[in-house]
Amino acid sequence: MSTVSPSADAADATAAPAPAWPGPGPAGAELALHGVRLGRPGAADVSGPAGLRIAPGELVTVVGPSGCGKTTLLRTLAGLLPPLEGRVTQDGEPIRRPGADRALVFQHDALLPWRSVRANVELPLAIRRVPRAERRRAAREWLERVGLAEHALKLPHQLSGGQRQRVQLARALAGGPRAVLMDEPFGALDAHTRAGMQDLLVEILRGTGATVVFVTHDVDEAVHLGDRVVLFGTGEVLDVPYPRVREARNEPATAALRRRVLDSL
Amino acid sequence: MGRRLVRVASLVVALGLWQLLTSLDVRLWLRFDQFPTVVEVASAFADRLGTEAYRQDLGHSLRRIAVGFLLAAVLGVAAGTAVARSRWAADLLGPLVEVVRPVPAIALVPVAILLLPTNEQGIVFITCAAALFPVLVSTRHAVRALSPVWEEAVLTMGGGRARVLCSVVLPGALPGIFGGLSVGIGVAWICVISAEMISGEYGVGYRTWQDYTVVDYPGVFVGMATIGALGWLTSTAVETLGRRVTAWLPRPADRVPAGPARTPGTTRSAGPAPAPDTAPTADSASSAPSAASAPAVSLPEKEPVR
Repeated sequence: MSTVSPSADAADATAAPAPAWPGPGPAGAELALHGVRLGRPGAADVSGPAGLRIAPGELVTVVGPSGCGKTTLLRTLAGLLPPLEGRVTQDGEPIRRPGADRALVFQHDALLPWRSVRANVELPLAIRRVPRAERRRAAREWLERVGLAEHALKLPHQLSGGQRQRVQLARALAGGPRAVLMDEPFGALDAHTRAGMQDLLVEILRGTGATVVFVTHDVDEAVHLGDRVVLFGTGEVLDVPYPRVREARNEPATAALRRRVLDSL
Repeated sequence: MGRRLVRVASLVVALGLWQLLTSLDVRLWLRFDQFPTVVEVASAFADRLGTEAYRQDLGHSLRRIAVGFLLAAVLGVAAGTAVARSRWAADLLGPLVEVVRPVPAIALVPVAILLLPTNEQGIVFITCAAALFPVLVSTRHAVRALSPVWEEAVLTMGGGRARVLCSVVLPGALPGIFGGLSVGIGVAWICVISAEMISGEYGVGYRTWQDYTVVDYPGVFVGMATIGALGWLTSTAVETLGRRVTAWLPRPADRVPAGPARTPGTTRSAGPAPAPDTAPTADSASSAPSAASAPAVSLPEKEPVR
C-alpha cells in the first residue's frame, strides 16, 4: 500500500480507509505540500506556500490577489499539474494524477453544455460505473439539496450563473470525493447570490466529511468560510476564531483577522 | 410565409426567363438557339424518370457517394482528433495532410487507376479523398478550440483518456465536425460526378457525359437537374442531422428577448415562452431543447461554441 519513500513526514500520515460509494460520507483526505515550488514548467514561478498541511475534514480558505497563482495551487493539489519541486501528498501518498478523490470546482462554465443538468450531476457516478438507477437517484437527491430538482432536464445555458454553480457543487459532491478543491466558485456572482451560495455550501458540506480547499480573492468570504485562512503570498496560516458563524462578523477577533488578511494583500 | 413565397418566385422567374430566351431562340452575344427549352428538358426528365437505366444510375451514384463520404467522415474525424490531441499524430500526419490537401481530388484519378483494381473502387476513393480534408481540418480546429476546463473536470472525476474522448472531445467538437461534413458532402458530389464522367460505368455523371457526346442536350440538363436535386437532398440530410445532434447549442430562440442573454444575475431563466418546466418525473434520457416555440429558424447556426 505505502509506496512512498520512508521520509519523516510521511510516517505520521494516518491512512484513511478507502471509501466505498455510496457510503455515509467518506472520511476527508489529508492534503499536504512538502517543500513545494509551484508553477508550470517554462513559465514564471508562482510564489505560494511551500509547506502546508490540511487536516482531514478541514475547510481551508486560500486568499490572494487575482492572478497570483492560486489556481496553480489547486491544479497541483488536484494532480493536474506536477509541482516543479517537492512533494504533494494525500494521506501521505504522493499525488501523481487527477482522480475522483479530489473534485475540482471551477469558477464558471465547467458544466458540459451538451449534457442536461441531471446528466452533468450523474457524470462522476457514470465514470465510476454506478448503475443507472442508482445514478438517477443520487443525482435527484443532490439536485434537491441544491434546490434545483425541477431544473434537472434543462441544459446548463438555460440556467443563471448562480444556478450553474449550484449544479457544479452538486456534481462535485455527487462523486463522493474526499477532498473538494474550489477555485473562486462564487467569484462571478453578485454579492447577494454569493452569500446565499456560501450558506448553501456550508449546508451541503455537512455530513460529507470532505476536506475543502477554497480559493478566493474575497477577504470576507475567506474569513467567513474557513477553519483556517492561508495567505497565499506569504504562506502564513491563520486560525479563524468563529468559522462559518455569520453573527460573529463584527466580533473583535474576526475584525482583527480580517485586518490582518487585508494587510497581507 | 412571405419568405417562402419569395423563394418559390425566384425559382419560377428563373425558369420562365430560361423558357422565354430559349423558345425565342435569342442570340444576343449569348446564344440560346441551340439551348434546350425548359419544356423539352421537363419532358425528357419525365420520359427518363421511370426507366430502369435512370434508377440504375441513381443507385450507382448514391452508393458511391454514401460509401466514399462515410469513409471520409470516419477517417476525417479520427485523423483530425488524433492530430489535434496527440503530438505524435500531429508530427506523423500533419505534414502529409498539408502536402496532399492542395491536390484536387480529381487529379488523383491516375493514382486511383494505378492503385485500385476496379473502376468502382477508384471512384469511391476519389470521393472519399475529396470529402476527407474538409472534415479532417474542421475536426482538428474544433477539437483544438475546446475549453480545457471540460477535460480537467472529467479528469478530476476520475475519468481516463477514453472517457475524455467520448464525453468531452467528440460531443464538444460536433458543431465544428458538422461544419466540415456539410462542406465535405458538397465537395464529394463534385468529385463523384467528375470521376464518373472520366471513368465511370453507369452513374449520373457518366450518363450526363454520354448524353453530351451523343448531342442529347435535354438529357444533359436532366443529368444536371438530377445532380442538383441529389446534392441538395444529401446536404439537407447532413444539415438536419447536424442540427439535431447539436441541439444543445444556445439558439437565438432560447435567449431572453432583451438585454444580454446568458449572463449571471437573473435568478431565473426567463425564457420568452413559459418554458416547459417539466417536473422531474420523466425518465427520458436527454432533455429536448425547451424553447421550440419559435418557428424553426432555418438559419445555418453552425458556429462552434467558442
